[in-house]
Parts: sequence; structure tokens; C-alpha cells
Amino acid sequence: MARTRLAALAATATAATVALTALTGCGAADMTRQASPYADAKGSRTVTLSVQSWVGAQANVAVAQYLLEHELGYRVDTVQIDEVPAWDALSQGRVDAILEDWGHPDQEKRYVEDKATIKPGGELGVTGHIGWFVPTYFAEQHPDVTDWKNLNKYANDFRTAESGGKGQLMDGSPSYVTNDKALVKNLGLDYQVVFAGSEAAQITQIKQFAKEKKPFLTYWYKPQWLFEKVPMTEVKLPEHQEGCDADTEKVACAYPHTPLRKFLNARFADGGGDAAAFLKKFRWTTEMQNDVSLMIAEEKLAPQEAAARWVKENEATWRTWLPS
Amino acid sequence: MTATATPATARGSVTAGDARPSALRALARHRRHLIGAGAALGLVLGSVLLGGGSWPAALAVDLSGPLERASDWIVDNRDGHPLFLYFLGHVSNLVVVSVRAVYLLLLALGWAGVTAAAGLVAWRVAGVRLALTSLAAFAVCGLLGMWVPTMQTLALMVVAVFASVLLGGFLGLVAGLSDRMHRVLRPVLDTMQVLPAFAYLLPVVLVFGIGVPAAVLATVVYAAPPMARLTALGLRGADAGVVEAATSLGATGRQRLLTARLPLARKELLLGVNQSIMMALGMAVIASVIGAGGLGDRVYQALASVDVGAALAAGVPIVLLAVVLDRVTAAAGERIGAAEAGRSRLGWAVAAAVTAAVAVGGRLADRLSWPDGWTVDIAEPVNRAVDWMTAHLYSGVPVIGGTADWAGHFTTWVLNPLRHGLQWLPWWAVLLAVGALALLIGTWRTAATAVLAMAAIGVLGVWDPALDTLSQVLAAVAVTLLLGVGLGVAAARSSRLGRALRPVLDVFQTMPQFVYLIPVVALFGVGRAPAVAAAVVYALPAVVRITAQGVRAVNPAALESSRSLGATGRQQLLQVQLPLARPALLLAVNQGVVLVLAVVVIGGLVGGGALGYDAVFGLAQGDLATGLVAGAAIVCLGLMLDRVTQPTHRRDLAGKGA
Repeated sequence: MARTRLAALAATATAATVALTALTGCGAADMTRQASPYADAKGSRTVTLSVQSWVGAQANVAVAQYLLEHELGYRVDTVQIDEVPAWDALSQGRVDAILEDWGHPDQEKRYVEDKATIKPGGELGVTGHIGWFVPTYFAEQHPDVTDWKNLNKYANDFRTAESGGKGQLMDGSPSYVTNDKALVKNLGLDYQVVFAGSEAAQITQIKQFAKEKKPFLTYWYKPQWLFEKVPMTEVKLPEHQEGCDADTEKVACAYPHTPLRKFLNARFADGGGDAAAFLKKFRWTTEMQNDVSLMIAEEKLAPQEAAARWVKENEATWRTWLPS
Repeated sequence: MTATATPATARGSVTAGDARPSALRALARHRRHLIGAGAALGLVLGSVLLGGGSWPAALAVDLSGPLERASDWIVDNRDGHPLFLYFLGHVSNLVVVSVRAVYLLLLALGWAGVTAAAGLVAWRVAGVRLALTSLAAFAVCGLLGMWVPTMQTLALMVVAVFASVLLGGFLGLVAGLSDRMHRVLRPVLDTMQVLPAFAYLLPVVLVFGIGVPAAVLATVVYAAPPMARLTALGLRGADAGVVEAATSLGATGRQRLLTARLPLARKELLLGVNQSIMMALGMAVIASVIGAGGLGDRVYQALASVDVGAALAAGVPIVLLAVVLDRVTAAAGERIGAAEAGRSRLGWAVAAAVTAAVAVGGRLADRLSWPDGWTVDIAEPVNRAVDWMTAHLYSGVPVIGGTADWAGHFTTWVLNPLRHGLQWLPWWAVLLAVGALALLIGTWRTAATAVLAMAAIGVLGVWDPALDTLSQVLAAVAVTLLLGVGLGVAAARSSRLGRALRPVLDVFQTMPQFVYLIPVVALFGVGRAPAVAAAVVYALPAVVRITAQGVRAVNPAALESSRSLGATGRQQLLQVQLPLARPALLLAVNQGVVLVLAVVVIGGLVGGGALGYDAVFGLAQGDLATGLVAGAAIVCLGLMLDRVTQPTHRRDLAGKGA
């Protein structure tokens, strides 16, 4: 009895598999060609861009999207994904381009060198830098706080309910590159790393602190629009040297300055026509990115409105990106 | 821990024990003594033999090596291995094709066609009032400028719910017809239901990649269990007399199923569909983390620029979809069998004709997409309100202090001691306490499950973070119960308050949890306190509802007799209503625990740390070793807490005895 039921179950499963194969066309399914079901919805050509969770990335995408739609006649889909999964999505063709990558050597080796499913798309023109920051109002009162050697002296000022008896070093989203736990340990600092868990939470907290002029120490990065609202001063860490952060357990130096780069899906890079050519040429400055970021984050403009405004005022810049 | 918990629980059972026959009560009292003695003996033995401290490293297994290799294997073979080329790839394509088909259909109908169809279906199924509600709901989605994302989410939902109903119905059918399969499936369904959605996002993403197929499949895992459960329940509960009659008339097994058992289970089947829809909508936003697009993605993107207003504008359509779909399917369940076939067919024909006419009209007028001018911007006023709130409540409120101060006190005086205490306890004492608690309230089997689940956490090597999470969950559950039972009792005693609360609870329950993320941080700062606040907001509605219903359902005769004996309102509540509503209150505790645990990951996004952060980290970094282990530990915590608070077996026993 039980055996026949099991056999029946197995038969059903097999039948389902066969039916599935028949339904979707016989033969192999290509996992490297997986477009979004919402793409090309009205017979228009679609480009899918990945957006990372920080506003700078939103600004890149907003301007690229605006120009692709209004100057080149594409439809643009955007998908928000964290950095590492975005590489995966890029290799599968779910996303056509990443516009702002902060350096992922492991992924680069796997997808660019080994599998050749992703191609570099050149530099974005913006240089990124991660560091530790204190609010400028606090640094002005206590100028020596800007050297890591004096940080222990101020541990008490940075203490919160979450950090126990130590000072609080606030870190952000889990998707960001960080050596802070190792740094605190290896530099012998009396600090506790508290992870805000998302950039939204971190920004909200920083603004709240700034409103009350409270001292705080945070992991933060440039370029970032928040500097315009809450001026912050970087704390000097031991100088960065090539390879000093190779061993993540032993790292005891500052973060590098990273020229941000673009990456394209290999099939899109070769066959993407005007859109691919345009995205490869897309290159602007930190100030330009910040202009757009501020409009999005502070004036609460929709990204597309912010992009429209920037595009109107900077025609000379973006004209050079269009395919001739 | 054992010493303080035992008497508290014991006192709770004595009050309810009064209703039970004396033999059972004696047994229960005896049993408590046995458990108490056993626990004391265990404590003494444990301290002599095992010593203190957290989970010993020798008893832990490091899974990071094998998990990393597994994840590498999948990434390296995804483009070439037959498993992917001939099976998983087709699954993925099938999902994409189906979602696309529904999406294109919705776009082809245009906004007028879709809105008309929604209103007419609601009219046919549930009457004029719901029809108007549906029309208004879809119009609001358009007005908020969310038409296209709403259609994307709707397309995804249609496919996911369809698949969930098929899969859940099939499992339920198997479990309903075979006792053995029922026994096998029950723990599987139990686990699927306590699983926090984040725990299995990562493996699904690894296999299918970011995007719609992964989102649909993750949603199906989440939404199929209620369908399966209710189908099995309906089939098993079919009136024995009717089935007997069918058998005596010579019906074969299949005929009995199709003509007697399934039609008799219609109500449960429809309730199952309703539950699947609600669960699927709950996943809409979480699925956006893995690139599902639609409304969830809008919420998530708005949060990146710390824009609560825009997040709310995308969250409102989700709430409206949930309310409309819930009410319409619920009404369909109530009306079942009541409608006359002939008239209803005519009505449907009219509905279809009107929809077609409106859609064609929209097409001819070239008004398929929602007009750009017809939108209302709610983001700005909402943001202003949030700014005002945080500016005035965060700190410096005279006398009561600001929310930031409360959060600080709560962290220092409640969360820290609780975490410290739990982590300070020797590991074996924790296991002992869990076992004793589970025994007091359940059976040997539930106790064994609870202890094993807790031990598994130690073996996985995340003992300390798991206890950190546990301390947050316990604190959140305590606050939820305090507020929830109070509100529930008040709502049960005043029907006006009950009516006023209902829409508020609806919104809290269906609003995507991500929307709370910024307000809780703005009010409570970064840390564990906002995590607890988010969990309370999410779990409160269920606790209020269950409590109110339990108190309201208390036998009116018992109330009447107590009133005739001169009991005051307060006495009635404390001595009649609450004791008689005990099963409902226990269910409220259980649901509170499970729901709070479901928000642990959101806690990870606002600084809650511990397992929630690890789960988020795993997903963000594609780190299967961290993410999956954290997810598994959350599942184990959920199983343990569920078992410790779920007095299923003994309640049945008491019910039979009475």
C-alpha cells in the first residue's frame, strides 16, 4: 500500500518535471540569460541597472536612466541589490550594469577573469574613501581627537547605552567593506563597534546626534551628500600602504582611496548597442554626483526629477557621453 | 532561571485547573512536583559534573568550510551542470514566463480595465460595499503614482499565490487522505511556518540568482503551509455521516473525494487561499531585498535616501491590496453555496463584458497607463510629520523625558541585565530550564524538541549571539503582552474602541516592516531598543485581536451568573473573563513569540546585532556560512519558543475531560 503510494508520488514528480521541460521548450535552459519579466514590456528596448543602497549610487543610476530614456529612447528598469549579489546578478544577465563598484577582488577574479561573464566598463570618475569621522563641531573643540592615538582619551564622550562601558564606533550596513573590528583590536582602542545594520539607520542616527550637537565616532565614506548637512572631520589612522590590509585579522592601517569603477554584463557590453556605448563613456566628478545626491536625499526630489534638473544645467558634460 | 520561572507558571495553571476533573488536576500537580525535583537534581548534578560557562567549543561543529564549498560549487556549476540546465533553469524560466504573461495582461487591460475588473469581481463575490472599496483602493494606488509597481507586485502575487495554492493543496490532499503522510508532513509544515523568511532567501538566491524566480519561490515556501494545513483539516473534518452515506451508495474512493469530501471542505479550502494570499503579500517587501521589483523595491529604495514619506507611498498600496484581497476572499468563503447558480452566471457574464468594454475603451482613448497629472504627493507632508515627531519627542520632553532617554533606560535596565543573565547561565542550565518549561506546559515530546533545538544552536557555534537575540525577543514579547492584553481586554469590553482599533490594527499588520525602520531609529536611536520597538509594533495586532476575541467569547451565562452574585466589573474581568479566556491568552503568547521572532532580521537592520545582523550580513555578502548558520539558529530559537509556549496536547486532554 505504502509502496504503491510512494511509486505514485515518484511518478507524479517525474511527470511534473517532464511537463515542465516540455512547457518551457525542450533542451537546456541557459542560466546566464535570465532577463527580468518586466523588461521590454511594450516592445521597447530595456536596460536594467543595479542600484546599491547609498544615495551616490542612486544618483549615478538616476542620471544614466534619464539620459538613456530621453536621449537614446530606451526603457530603464532599476533593481536595488547589495554589492556582492549584484555581481552575481550581473553575470546571469539579470542586471546589465553596475555603475559604482568599490573594489571586490574575489568577484573580479571569478567573473571577469575565470568565467568571462562580466566586462570592466571603465572608471566612473569618482574616487571613494572610507574612514572614521567625528562631527566637525566636536573636532573644533577637541582638535587632538583627529589622531587615532588620542581616541582612548575620548572613549567616555562616545559612550552610549549600546556600547557598554566603552566608546561607540558606529558602523553601517553589513554590505559595506569594513575592517573596523580588527582595527579596534589591533590598535588597542577602548571602543565597541556597534553595527547600525543599514545605511538608513546610520544616517538617521547621525542626524539625530548632530541636532543635539552630541559627540560621536562613525565609519563613513566619501563621496557622501551627508557631509553637506553634517560637517564631519576624518580621524587619522595609521597610513595606508599597499597590501597592509591583505590579512583581515592583522590589519592596522587606514582604508585606501579607491577609484570607483563600472562593470557590464559581457553579453550586454558586446551587443548592447548605444546603451552599452553610453554607459562605458559615462564619467563625471565627485561634485556632480554630490549635487544630484543632495537633491535626492535632502530636497527629497524623486531621483528622476533630480536627474532632469542636473541634465538641464550640465549639457556640455553629458553630450560627450552620447554615442556619436 | 528555573527557580523563578517554575512557581510563576505553576500559579498560572492553578487558576485554570479549577475547571478540570480532580483526577487530572492531581496528576498535573504531581507532575509539577516531579519536574521541579528533576530540575533541582539536574542543577546540582550539572554544577558538579559540567561546570559553568557558555557552550563548550568541543561540542560545536564548524560548518563554514563545507558551506563555502557548497556555495562555490553552485556558482561554478550554475551555467553548466545538467541539474541547472534541465531542471532548475526550466523552473526559473517557467516562473519568468508566467509572471510576464500576467504582467502583460494587466498592462493590456490598462488602469481603467484593471480597476473595473477589481470592482466587478468584488461586487459579484462580496457585494456593493466591497466593490466600492476595491475601486477606491486601486484608484489610490494610481493616485500615489504607484500604478506600474502595483501591477508588478500584483503579477508576482498572482503567480506566487497560484503556485502556493497548488503546492499547498497537493500536500494537504496527501496529508488529508493518509495518516502516515499527515504525521510526516506536520513537523515539516511546522518548521516552514516558524522559519523566518530571511533564513531561506540566501539559498534560493544562490540557486536562482537575484530576481523574480527566487522571489516567487521564496514566497511559495512561506505561503504554501497554511493552504496545506487547512486543506488537510478540511478533508479530515468532513462529516463522517456524509462520507459513510457516499460509501454505502457505492462511490469509489475518487468519487467520494470529489463529490463528498472536497465539497464539504470548501470553507477550509477558501480560508487556505485567503491565508496564502496574506502570507504572500507579507513577503512582497522582504522579497524586494533579492530583487523582486515592484512595490517592495520602491519601499526599499526610498529607505536608501531616508525618505519615510516615499516609503509610505509605496507601502500604502501593499496595505490596500491586502485589505481588498482579504475581505473579498473572506466574503467568498462566507457566501459559499448561498448564491444561485443561474443568476450568478449572468452576473459574471455582465462583469466580464463591462471589464472588456472598459479595457477596450481605455485602449481606444489611448489611456492605458495612469495619467501623470493624476497623482498626489504624500511624501512631503509625511516627512514633515516625522521630522516634527523626532524633533520634539527624541529628547528633552519635560518630566517624562524623550524617547531616546527611554530607549537608553530600557537598554541599560532591561536588555543588558537580561542578556547578561542569559549568557552568564551555564549552557546545561539553559537546556534544563527549557526542558522543564516545555514539560510544564506540554508533553515529553515537545520538551525533547525544545531541548534539541536549543542544543542545535550550541552545536552550530552561535550560542552567545543566539542568547543575545533571545533576550531581545523575551523583552519584546513582555512589552507586547503588556500592551496587547491591556488593549485587547479594553477592546473586548467596549465595542466602540474595538471598531476604532480595527483599521489601525489592519494597517500595522500589513504595512511592510521596512517602513518602520527609520521612524524607530529616529525615535529610539540605533541599537537593540529600536529593534524591540519594531517587533512590538509588528506583533501587537495579533495579540490584541486574539485577546479581544477570547475575552468576548467567554460564555455569557457565566458572566450573567457572576453579575447576579454581585461581582463588580473588575471582579468579573479578573475572576471570570480572564481565567475562562486562558486558552486564547496562551495562544496570544505563542503568536506574540512567533511574530516577534519574525522581525528579528528587521532588528538587525536597525542595530539589534546578534543573529538578525548575521542573517542580513550573509545575504549582503553572499556569505552562506554566516547567513545560513544564523538563519538555522533563528529557526531553532523559533521552534524552541514555539514548543515552550504551545500547550497543544494538554489542552486537548483537558477539553476531552471536560
